[in-house]
Amino acid sequence: MGAIEVSDLAIAYGELKAVDGVSFEVAEGEFFGILGPNGAGKTTTLEMIEGLRKPDSGRIRVLGESPWPRRPGLLPRIGVQLQASSFFERLTAREQIHTFAALYAVHSTEADAWLERVGLVDKADTRVEDLSGGQAQRLSIACALVHDPEVVFLDEPTASLDPQARRNLWDLLSGLNDSGRTVVLTTHYMDEAEVLCDRVAIMDQGRVLRLDSPAALIRGLDAPTRITVSPGQLDADEARTLPGVDDADLRADGLVLTTRNPAAVLTRLAEREQLDGVRVQTGTLEDVFLELTGREYRA
Amino acid sequence: MSGPRFGPFLALSLAILRGFLRDKSSVFFAIVFPLMFLVLFGGIFGDQTNSKIDLIQVGEVALVDDLPPEAREAFQDTFEVTESDDLDAAVAEVRNGDADVAIEMVDGRLVAHYTQTDQVKAAVTQGSLRAFVDGANVAASGEPPTYSLEVERGEDKSLQTIEYVTPGLLGWAIAMSASFGAAATLQGWRQSKLLRRLQLAPVSTRTIVGARISVTVSVALVQMAIFLGVGAAFFGLTLTGSWWAAVPLLVVGTLCFMSVGLLAGSVTKTTEGAVNMANFLVLPMAFLSGSFFPLDAAPDWLQTLSKMLPLRWLNDGMLDVMVRGQGPGAALLPMGILATFAIVLTLVSARLFRWETS
Repeated sequence: MGAIEVSDLAIAYGELKAVDGVSFEVAEGEFFGILGPNGAGKTTTLEMIEGLRKPDSGRIRVLGESPWPRRPGLLPRIGVQLQASSFFERLTAREQIHTFAALYAVHSTEADAWLERVGLVDKADTRVEDLSGGQAQRLSIACALVHDPEVVFLDEPTASLDPQARRNLWDLLSGLNDSGRTVVLTTHYMDEAEVLCDRVAIMDQGRVLRLDSPAALIRGLDAPTRITVSPGQLDADEARTLPGVDDADLRADGLVLTTRNPAAVLTRLAEREQLDGVRVQTGTLEDVFLELTGREYRA
Repeated sequence: MSGPRFGPFLALSLAILRGFLRDKSSVFFAIVFPLMFLVLFGGIFGDQTNSKIDLIQVGEVALVDDLPPEAREAFQDTFEVTESDDLDAAVAEVRNGDADVAIEMVDGRLVAHYTQTDQVKAAVTQGSLRAFVDGANVAASGEPPTYSLEVERGEDKSLQTIEYVTPGLLGWAIAMSASFGAAATLQGWRQSKLLRRLQLAPVSTRTIVGARISVTVSVALVQMAIFLGVGAAFFGLTLTGSWWAAVPLLVVGTLCFMSVGLLAGSVTKTTEGAVNMANFLVLPMAFLSGSFFPLDAAPDWLQTLSKMLPLRWLNDGMLDVMVRGQGPGAALLPMGILATFAIVLTLVSARLFRWETS
C-alpha cells in the first residue's frame, strides 16, 4: 500500500477545471515532486490531499485514510508547509516552533532540536518578521516536522528565494525522507525536482502530463545533446560535415552543435584540438516540460 | 533550552497575547488612546465642576434675593454672581462666552439666558437653577418636596462628569480593542494561511476560538481595571450599587464587538481594510452611543437610532450598574441585547467568510 493514493481527482471553480482527472500513488519513504507552472493545479491538488478542500470527485487515501472530512486522527501523522509563511505574528522563531510543538503535544525540547537541525539557533530570539526569506522557510519546514510526521507536504518551499538560499534549502530537504518519511513537494523549478525527487509528476492545466523518475523522463524525451564550441574555432558549414553533427548554429556565445552521438563529436573535436571552453548540455526536465506543453515555460 | 509543556489552549493564548502586547499600535488604541480621552475629559470637566458658573443677575431677582441663608450659601457656591441692569449687554456677554448664564424675573417666572455651546455646562446651569427654583417653590408653598428625587438625579448626572465619561469611554475602548483584534486576526491569519495551517493541526476550532476570546476578554478586564483605577485615583470616581455586574456585562460586550470585528474581517480583503472597516463602524457608533458626551440634547430620531446600536446598550448598562446605583438586574437587558447582536453578527460573518481573499 502506498502512503498516498489518488485516483481521478477533480475540482472545478465555476468554468475552470483547476484539477481534472489526476491519479498517482506515492510509495512510503518516497520523495515525490509535483512540477508545473503557476496555475497548473499543483497547490489545489496538494490541498485536497491534505484535507483542506473537498474534491468534486475522485478518491484520496493518505496513510489508508480519507482526509476529507477533517480527520483528527490523521492530522498528527501528516505535516504541512503551506505556500505562505503561516506564522503567528510577532513571535520569535523559538516561540513560534514551541507553539506548534504544543499544538501537537510535543515536548519543547523536540522543538529546540528542530531549530538546531534547520540551523536557526542563532536566530531563535529573532521575530519571524525579521527573518530572511530562506530562514523563514527553514522555520516553516521545522514547524511542519516538529511532530515527526510520517508524510510531509511542502508547497513551493523555495519559491521567491535567491539561488544561494535555494541550494542551502535543498541540503535540508534532501535528507527529509532518509528515515522512511514520505515527502510530497510542489515546485516550478525544474532543476529542483531533478535534484530532490525520486519521481516527478509534471502537471499543467489541471492534468498530470507525465509521471516518472527525472532520469527516465529525460531519457524518454530523447532530446539531442548540445555542444557549444568557443567562438572563432570552428566554421558552421565545416561543423555540419563532422560525423555525428545533426546541425550547427552560430550564436553569440559560440557555435552550438546538435547531436545524438556526443561521444563521436567530442572525439573529433579533441583530435582537432578544439575542446577549449567547450560546453556540453544534455536534456533537462525543462526540455521535457517544453516538449510536453509545447510552449514557453511560464514561471 | 527546555521549557514547560503547554497545553494547546494555553500555548495558543500565549502566542496571541504576545502578538498583541508586541503590537504597539494595538496596545495604544486599546489602552493608551481611550485613557488619553479619560484624562482629557476628566481634567476639563473636573475643573469645570470645581469652578463656579458665571451668572449675571439682571435687575431684581426675588428668587435669589429672598433665598434662606443656607440656600443662599449653596447658591453662592455654585454661581459667581455679578449684577447688571442692562439685559441686552448681559445676554451679549453670555453669547460671547464671558458669562455662562443671565437671569431675570419676568412676571414671577425666572428666565435664564444661556447658550448650548458648552453642553455640559449648560446642563449643569439648567439643573442647578431648576433645583433652586424648585427649592424656592417648595419653601414658598410649604408642600412636601414632590420633585426632590428628580432634582437630585439631575444634579448627579450632570455634575459628576467623570462618572458619566468613565463607563462611556471604557465602552468605546473595549469596542475598539475587541473589534480591531478580531478583524485583524481573522484577516491576518487568513492571509498568512495560518487559519489553514491550524485547521491541519490536531486542535479543535473550539480551542482556537476559545484562546482568541480569552485573550480579548482578559485585555478588556485589564482595560476596565485601568480605567476605574485612573478614574478613582485622579478624578474622584466613586462606584455605586452593583458595579461588579459590569464585569459580566463587559464580557458579553467584548463578545459582541468581536463579532463586529469578524464581520469587518469577513467583508474586507486586507488586514488594513478590516481594521479600517471596524473603525468605520465603531467610531461613529461611539458618538451615537454617548461615549463622549450625553445624548440628552439630541433629537428624537437620533435617540431612536442610538437605541439600535449595541454600544449604546453597553454604555447604558455600565452607567446603570457602575454609577447610577442600580442593582445587577439593570445589566440583564443590555447583556441579552449584546448577546443577540453577537450571535447574529457571528452567523452573518460565518456566511460571508471566504477562505480565499481573491
